[in-house]
Formats: sequence, structure tokens, C-alpha cells
Amino acid sequence: MSDITLDRQLVSEADTLVVPAPGYWKSVGQRLLRDRVTVAVTVVLFGILFITLGAPLVTHYNPYAGSVLARLKPIGTPGHWLGTDETGRDLWTRLCYGGRLSLLAAILPVTISLLVGGFLGILAGYAGGFLGTLIMRTMDVFYAFPSILLAIAICGLLGNGLLNSIIALAVVFIPPMVRVSETVTTQARNLDFVEAARASGSSTLQIIRHHVLANVLGPIMVYATSLISVSIILSAGLSFLGLGVTPPQAEWGLMLNSLRQAIYVQPYVAALPGLMIFATSMCFNLMSDGVRGAMDVRLNK
Amino acid sequence: MSTALQQAPRAVDARDRGGPAQPLLIVEHLTKHFPVRGGLLNRRVATVQAVDDISFSVRKGETLGIVGESGCGKSTTARLLMRLLEPDSGSVVFDGDQVGDKRGIAVNDMRRQMQMVFQDSYTSLNPRMTMAESIAYAPRMHGLGRREAYDRAESLLSRVGLNPRQYARRYPHELSGGQRQRVNIARALALQPRLVILDEAVAALDKSVEAQVLNLLTDLKQSLNLTYVFISHDLNVVEYMSDRVMVMYLGRVVEAGPVAEIYRHPRHPYTRALFASKPTLDPDRRTTEMPLTGDPPNPINPPSGCRFRTRCRFAQPRCADSVPALAAPFDGNADPTHLVACLVPEAQSAGAVHHA
Repeated sequence: MSDITLDRQLVSEADTLVVPAPGYWKSVGQRLLRDRVTVAVTVVLFGILFITLGAPLVTHYNPYAGSVLARLKPIGTPGHWLGTDETGRDLWTRLCYGGRLSLLAAILPVTISLLVGGFLGILAGYAGGFLGTLIMRTMDVFYAFPSILLAIAICGLLGNGLLNSIIALAVVFIPPMVRVSETVTTQARNLDFVEAARASGSSTLQIIRHHVLANVLGPIMVYATSLISVSIILSAGLSFLGLGVTPPQAEWGLMLNSLRQAIYVQPYVAALPGLMIFATSMCFNLMSDGVRGAMDVRLNK
Repeated sequence: MSTALQQAPRAVDARDRGGPAQPLLIVEHLTKHFPVRGGLLNRRVATVQAVDDISFSVRKGETLGIVGESGCGKSTTARLLMRLLEPDSGSVVFDGDQVGDKRGIAVNDMRRQMQMVFQDSYTSLNPRMTMAESIAYAPRMHGLGRREAYDRAESLLSRVGLNPRQYARRYPHELSGGQRQRVNIARALALQPRLVILDEAVAALDKSVEAQVLNLLTDLKQSLNLTYVFISHDLNVVEYMSDRVMVMYLGRVVEAGPVAEIYRHPRHPYTRALFASKPTLDPDRRTTEMPLTGDPPNPINPPSGCRFRTRCRFAQPRCADSVPALAAPFDGNADPTHLVACLVPEAQSAGAVHHA
């Protein structure tokens, strides 16, 4: 298979590119590292993850042990650098331990909806026809309710508690997840390379695995990351309303609610759980923006 | 036209079943109508007659050109041949075996011997796969080992004029349109097919690159003993590439025959109008035929009888009555392999154009 002589033009065209190109994910990583905002935001997120998971390392207080004498101390009090809450518990400790539940209650629903919604969406997008219509119209029913109302309704139905708030949020996030993955799958399915793979005799499963998933998982993951930022706010909102985590457990939304009464006494201390919710949500949002930008090959310089 | 003779002394393909006289592809009464759905219950409200009862054959070793305006059913025909679309009716016989028939050849076995190159070089390559991965994909799915598949991909890359050391590990967005189309050709050749369908394969390339790719296709056909179905709207390119030409209009074949016959003596008024629309630089060869005006009729509700009659200046009442069959021209001196679907003798002979 080598008896062909290349004409001169072909060879000159072939010589124009000489630098070996990095792989796709490697080039995504390189672009991410060049993006300062994404790097900074990722560092902050890792910091939050460290103080929550490694809470015993950064504080020696018990998050549930209060002191009547040390109630509602301001920020900068010796021994309680972020002050104390209405029952005299160290706020820094509460924030660290509270992040565990807040992050769990935010990330788990997104993970569940990613698995369920992603599966249904890819199925609907690839199969199309009756099955696709059935899945998509069912999801449209959920769209009829505003997301926070739907979450409150489900929580009200199931009763409060961490598990129920996770279930409620997962149900809320599945429809948009299905819709996003259905859209990207439909787009990918209609591209010629999927036709070419069919024409080469590949089975449906092989095509989904090698051609559809590879092109669809990126955008779906980016969307899931941006959903985490919504999820943090919604899950904090649910526990703020008393539908999620129950006292005396530490959770940012719940802490915000209980410190609400102290807002005229210690406004800065009362704002701290809200600040954590805001910062974490913002970081996930910016990170998903950065990853989205880095994954777009056509923006490649 | 003499390609069949030239190929006879070559080593016969082990997969050849019918011998050189058996056409590689016989298509009979192939029909594809797309439903247009609408209304309350998603009912079929209309039908697009994309391909309507077409029959043709492709001989071993030849290039069959298919020309026509956009929307005439060229690409649908290609997809029907590859079974990317299921035909409504009609049969396709590949080297003597009916495709999809129990006693014939299975669709997947047929696809190993028939491959396709698409028009859009960018969307026809998976953006997440390197060139070598894309080319090696089909052989690997058919059970070839990783090492062998990549070796084959690299030798195919150099075969289509791309140095594998530079291009094997590149991604589609890092290549130019011409380079990508070379990779698409290599990918189509990876299963070592006998028939390659080129669906507007050079239409999106600029002229100098187009010429290089056409030369590459000619070389590959020679050295790999290929048969081509070459679909294009570019009359010059079809003339350059084809042994025989088939002209389509609104889902039907209006004229078919050897390339020289069709280009020198076009018989169907549509074919002549098509040639008249082709600009010429030679003042002595200016055509006198009126170019066509207006768009082709809507394929949802095509004219009865001859579909060209609404734009044909020779149209007579009987043209509306029945669908004209492909038959030898009325002119007794014509090549008998030249077929034309027109009932009106004047229409077949009037204002013969003089082309190169």
C-alpha cells in the first residue's frame, strides 16, 4: 500500500503544520490554567472543601456546645474570631461543620439528576420518535411549576429532613438536565460523523459510547456544575424555611435563619452564613463558565 | 468507457461474485417518500417525494456521475444506497445479492464493501477523535486488532497524501478543509470497500484544493480497483470524473448515458437547460437555449406525468398524462445506451448545444 507518488502540491500542503498538537483534554487543561479567574475560583472552592471536610483540623470547638456567657460576640472576639451565635457557639466552627451538610445537600441532588436526567435525555435525544416525545412531554409537566415552589411542595409532602430535601431538589433538577442533554444529543446525533459510523456498520451502542457520549458529556457536565450553584441556594433556602436540615445541626441556610433574629445586634455575624452561601455558589458558577470556555475548541488561539 | 476492459487483466477481487459482467450495483424502482406531519394528531398531511421510482446500475470499475439541482434527490439516493435511510420500496442488488434479503447480502456486510464520503468535511469527523482514531474506528469495530487498525490508518493517511507522523494525532479543527476531506476519504477506504459513494465530496473545497482531491480520487480508484458513485451539482467536475452520467430532476431520473453522449448530445430539455446555465468563456460556443426560470416545483405536490413539464417550453397536453419512461432517444442515430425520459421528439432534438 505505498506505490502512490505524492505530487508536489500535496506534500507542500502537508508540510504546513509541523508542531505536534496536544490531546483534546490536555489542551482544555492548558486553557483552564491560563484563565486566572477559573484558577482563583478553583483555589477558593478547594479552600472551602478543606475547611468543611477537615473541620476538626481548623477548629477545636464543638459545633454543638454553646455557652450562655459567650452569646452573640462580635467578629474579632479573642477565642472566637468570627464571633458566636445566639446560643454562644463559635461561628467559625459552625461555618466549617455546616459546610458539610450544605455542600452535601447541594451536590448530591445535582449528581442524582445528572445520572437520571442525563440518561433520560441522551435516550430521548438519540431514540427520538415516540419514546423521545414521551420523555420530553413528561418533563414539560414539571416545568409548569416554578422550581422553588416545586421543591417546597415535595418537601412539604415528604416531611422535613436532609434526605427529603435532597430528593426534592433532585426532582427539581431532573427536567432541565433532561432538556439540556436531549438538546446536545439531538445535535450530535444529526452530525455526519454519526452517520458515517452507522455507515461503517457500528452498532447503536458503539455509536452512543464512542461518538455521542464523548461529544455530549462535556456540555452536560458544565451544565451540572452551574446547577450546583443554584442547588446551594435552593437547599439553603429550604433549610432556611425549616424544610431541610433540622436544628441543632449546623447548616448554612439554617444558621442564617436562626441568626436572623440577631440581625440588629450583630449584623455582620448574622451575614456570615449568607456570605458563605453566596461565595460558594458564585465560585461554582464562575468555574462552570471557565470550563465551558476552555472546552470550546473553536475559541482556541 | 473502456475501464471495464482495462480492469479485466487485473487480479480479481476475492469478494467478486458475479464476474466482470455482473454490475456491482443494480437499483430497481427505488422510492423514498418523506411524510410531512402536522395538525392536531401529528397526522401525515403531505408527502415529499424525495426519490420516486428510480432505477439504474453501476458497472464494476466505472464512475457513475449523478447530477441535478439541489433538492432533486441526489443525497437521498446516496443515503438509500448506504441504507442510512430505509427505502419505501424498490430493491438494491449488490454484486448479484439483494441487499437486506434473507438469501441476499446483509446490510452490514454490504456496508463493508460500500462506503460514503460526505460533503461537510468538518461535521463528518468526530471532534473528539484524532485522525488515526477516526480512520481506525471502523476496522476496530469490525474486529481488527488495535495495532493493525492503527497501522492501516497510518498507511491510509500517507496514501491520501498526509504524512502520518504529522497528522495521525491531530484533531479535526487543526486541519484545513482539504486535509479533512482527505481524512474522510481515508476513513471511507479503511474497510477496503469496492464501491465508494462521493456525495458532493469536493463541493465545499476551493478550486485548487478541489483539483488535488479529484486527482487523488482518480489515483485511488486506479490503484485500489474502486467503483465510484459521484454525486455533484458541478457539471464540469462530473464530466471530468464520470464514465456514465445520470441526470435527476425532482426525485426522478430524466436522462442517463455515457458521459460523452450526454455532454455532446443532451436529449432531455432539462439537461440542455442545465448545460445552458453553465457559463462558457468561448464566444463560439455560446448556447442559444433559454436558461430556466423560476424554482423547481414543490416536491410535496409535484406535477403529474413528466415533472419537468411546468418549466418546459416543449410541453404538450400528453406530458401531463403519464410518467415518461427512460427509453432510447427518437433520433435513430443515437447511442442505444443513452436513455431519456421524454415523450416529445422535438424537445429531444431542438436547439442542440455544442459543447466540448
